[in-house]
Amino acid sequence: MARAATTADAFNAVAEPRRRQILDLLAAGELPVNDLVRTLGVAQPLVSKHLRVLRAVGLVHVRDEGRQRMYRLNGEPLKPIYDWVKAYERSWTERFERLDAVLAQLKEQEQGDDGNDG
Amino acid sequence: MTASDQAVVTLPTDTQILITREFDAPRHLVYRAWTTPELIRRWWSGDRGEVVSAEVDLRVGGSWRYVMTANAGFEVAFHGEFQEIVPDERIVSTEVFEAVPDAVAVSTLTLTALGGRTRLELLVQHTSLQHRDMHVNSGMEAGLQEALAKLEGVAQSQA
Repeated sequence: MARAATTADAFNAVAEPRRRQILDLLAAGELPVNDLVRTLGVAQPLVSKHLRVLRAVGLVHVRDEGRQRMYRLNGEPLKPIYDWVKAYERSWTERFERLDAVLAQLKEQEQGDDGNDG
Repeated sequence: MTASDQAVVTLPTDTQILITREFDAPRHLVYRAWTTPELIRRWWSGDRGEVVSAEVDLRVGGSWRYVMTANAGFEVAFHGEFQEIVPDERIVSTEVFEAVPDAVAVSTLTLTALGGRTRLELLVQHTSLQHRDMHVNSGMEAGLQEALAKLEGVAQSQA
């Protein structure tokens, strides 16, 4: 899967650890930007820069509440990433199911060798 | 099958893949199945093809190589060199997919005994996000192959 050259997609947006951290914080619910700044321990302009990228790809939505900017997570753009990892996960699930069968046979052989149960 | 019998893949950092799974078997058997060529051939290719060759020189500095024929008919090969071996517990090795030889990953297999069961963790450390992503892509392509194979089967049955 080719990555867009710009920050125009969710894959690129979440490749940045700090932005993933922001998404993790917002996963628990909507937060004002000041809370994000305080929790991240990072200067506000930097947090705002990351939030702009996340807004651009639709991963966060913003609303004004009085004088506060409130940010909330929008999970929909994450679905392609989820699907992408899930496809890879399936390949391991298949392997491990076959490995289960091999292990069951090895266990039987071992119990047979012991001459007892277990 | 309990939830922990599910393979779980996460991407802890930009350059890593973590695969975890629990097995209903003691650690020494999981280790044996992972490191014995005749046993590797029976599970490693999953539903995606056949392992035609598995070579393992299980010692630090020794190398391993697996070759499989994918269902679509082409061969894929992987190899690596063992860096650390603690029998029944831990294997650290490099891992190279031969079609992409400059993407050398370091793979750490950890086996934890949980009574008669075993928790397996496989951490694949790539040198770049691009290489890590290409690795994850291999699941996507394989899934596409499967889907195409199934479509072919359906088409043939209706011919």
